[in-house]
Amino acid sequence: MRHTDPAMEASRILAVCNACRYCEGYCAVFPAMEHRLHFKQADVYYLANLCHNCAECYYACQFAPPHEFAVNVPKVLAEARLRSYQQYAWPRLLRKPFQKGMRSTIAAVVLLLLAALPFARRNGGGMFYAVVPHQAMVAIFGFASLLVLVIVLAGLGRFWRESGEAGGDSWNPAALARTVRSIATLEYLGSGGRGCTYPNERHSQARRWFHQLAAYGFLLCFASTSIAAFYHYGLGRLAPYRYFSLPVVLGTFGGIGLLIGPAGLYALKRRRDSAIADPKQDGLDLMFLFLLFWNGLTGLLLLGLRESRLMGPLLMIHLAAVLALFLTLPCGKFVHGVYRSAALLRYAIEQCRSRQTHSSSKG
Amino acid sequence: MCAALSARERGVKVTVLECAPPEFRGGNSRHTRNMRCMHPASTELLTGAYPEEEYWCDLLRVTGGQTNEQLARLVIRAGPACAGWMQAHGVRFQPPLTSTLSLDRTNLFFLGGGKALLNTYYEAARECGIEVLFNAEVTALEISQDRFESGTVMVNGAPVDFYAKALVVAAGGFESNLEWLRKVWGAAAENFLIRGTPYNKGKLLRILLDAGAEPVGDPTQCHAVAIDGRAPKFDGGIVTRLDCVPLGIAVNREAQRFYDEGEDLWPKRYAIWGRLVAEQPGQIAFSIIDSKVLGHFMPSLFPPLEGDSISKLAGALGLTAEALERTVGEFNQSVVPGNFDHQTLDNCRTERLTPPKSHWAQRIDAPPFFGYPLRPGITFTYLGVAVNEAAAVRMKSGRYCPNLFAAGEIMAGNILGKGYLAGLGMMIGTAFGRIAGKEAALAAH
Repeated sequence: MRHTDPAMEASRILAVCNACRYCEGYCAVFPAMEHRLHFKQADVYYLANLCHNCAECYYACQFAPPHEFAVNVPKVLAEARLRSYQQYAWPRLLRKPFQKGMRSTIAAVVLLLLAALPFARRNGGGMFYAVVPHQAMVAIFGFASLLVLVIVLAGLGRFWRESGEAGGDSWNPAALARTVRSIATLEYLGSGGRGCTYPNERHSQARRWFHQLAAYGFLLCFASTSIAAFYHYGLGRLAPYRYFSLPVVLGTFGGIGLLIGPAGLYALKRRRDSAIADPKQDGLDLMFLFLLFWNGLTGLLLLGLRESRLMGPLLMIHLAAVLALFLTLPCGKFVHGVYRSAALLRYAIEQCRSRQTHSSSKG
Repeated sequence: MCAALSARERGVKVTVLECAPPEFRGGNSRHTRNMRCMHPASTELLTGAYPEEEYWCDLLRVTGGQTNEQLARLVIRAGPACAGWMQAHGVRFQPPLTSTLSLDRTNLFFLGGGKALLNTYYEAARECGIEVLFNAEVTALEISQDRFESGTVMVNGAPVDFYAKALVVAAGGFESNLEWLRKVWGAAAENFLIRGTPYNKGKLLRILLDAGAEPVGDPTQCHAVAIDGRAPKFDGGIVTRLDCVPLGIAVNREAQRFYDEGEDLWPKRYAIWGRLVAEQPGQIAFSIIDSKVLGHFMPSLFPPLEGDSISKLAGALGLTAEALERTVGEFNQSVVPGNFDHQTLDNCRTERLTPPKSHWAQRIDAPPFFGYPLRPGITFTYLGVAVNEAAAVRMKSGRYCPNLFAAGEIMAGNILGKGYLAGLGMMIGTAFGRIAGKEAALAAH
């Protein structure tokens, strides 16, 4: 009865779920599933990216292994999710890292570090641009950002096209607002205020909080850099900025988030229930967590020691870390955020539409 | 678990002996999803009031009077307090599931279903220090002079004697004991499927009856529905149900129709179809539909068998092509025009056909054609032990055991002698579980 292909196996399991529906109060996956009678690969990939792997439905399932139906939604959707990352990756060359996530990322980090260090000159006093000229920084990171943006958008486009239904994507502000709320609050790791069943059967908010620290840490660092760029070009004020200036404060809090969040997620991950996990993704998860942590650590060290003679090497290490993180974004765990956000938006659109049909058929 | 928690809350030491492994703990509660609960006014989750009198009338109707009014009203009145007690133990309710609109006024749905409910109870039990032994099957009870003295339980394959000041038995019916089923229904029982846990073998029911407990409920009756014939022998649960019967025709293995498929709305009729199928040769039947009605019923676990023509479908189902063509042809000719609406008692019916189809009769003429095999699926059995309002087991001597109590399916026959009301089993189990736990604690003090 079981299939080896994750999409086929998911479609077998979803047929059980669709005939049962006890879990429809848990998250978006089940109501989305109920809109469909059959589950093609693209449907499975859409549902897989809606799933937050909180495992609540697994613990509640009367058909979970050792039952012969062997229903394990979080695991099969995790496996399908990895396949979907490969499927939607563009260019096709980028499918490889998803299979061997760990190795390519380590290679990227080490190579960038080696390439960067020779440029490091001992230079104190916080004079960053004496180490690396501003134009060089802008050129390298500007190009990298553009590249990453194009690749991520290409993947997003492929996902959106394939998961769509006939009838168009009549998205509206309400659906968008709903999506932003779901993402910003990690609604589906919340289980109505109790937190998810991770790393084990008991409800806990730990994963949600650590994920928030990591995600908002990332965003704060991004905001810090953007504001610094505005200071530079808009106000003509050059780095380094004072400790209590906006870019430094945001960056400091962001960096702290990037230390605690990923470390916490890693600690939880080590204790998680292996029944619901896809071990094939451990490399991807680990490297993304490590890179976030490494960026936070090197950034804070650089800030703390920027007046010392270690500033030069530290700056190079931090810049290499940032570049490694950036360049691996489209072929690492980062894409989960892109596809999940898109899946949540699609879900919000579907819900709006079904409410409209419902009320129009009533009225 | 309700009994264990209630007893523990009164300060006594409690041990739970569960004959199933941890994954399948909790008997058939694992397959439940809601509890029928009276309430004087509409609530956040329930639309409109469901007063005691209406509940009682519903029960009277389905049981045809085979009930005990005193115990039944005790259970009905316990509803709101039970719901509050459950929530206090961490149980969460949710709005009614889609496709269960007929229950949105009367039944409280457990978030995630019965297994989630059990997980919550076991978590509460762990927190308050209740010991639980799994794979622990009770094989004997020592009852002398109408008093429980001791028992024997298998632990790691070896018999161990246990002693307790009081015992609550909540061990279900005998629906998964194939030997017992054969004794009651003969060879036909071979073709029955058991919808729930394979662990309800009626061991403790047998032990209690042999020890002189007063039986209650018809020993020859069980609750049976028509389910997908491809379902596993045990434990197929809710997903093996088929809701397509009223949308097409049902034939036996001779390709003959045998009952009015459109007699009434399906939620009111599905429970008689187990018996109807059990009465057919080979205990099998087939629901035949065409592509017009696809999407009008809950998706099935197994895809239907199909054919581009009636004769090809007959081949797929193992029926004689000519016979099925004749049956479908006669049915199609007798369909009178009407406005099809599968959610109401519409005016689509047959004329001059035996048996008739009173509603939702549409010509079966839009290929491809689909068929589902149907088998009787047993939900539970009615035989149990008699109890009083304190859940104490009544002996044939007429006396009540002072320290032996029963809760759940093993005593549900006191209240439900016949028929079924959705969510009543969980209401009886919760109400009497709490009573039995409290009384057992008092008896142990």
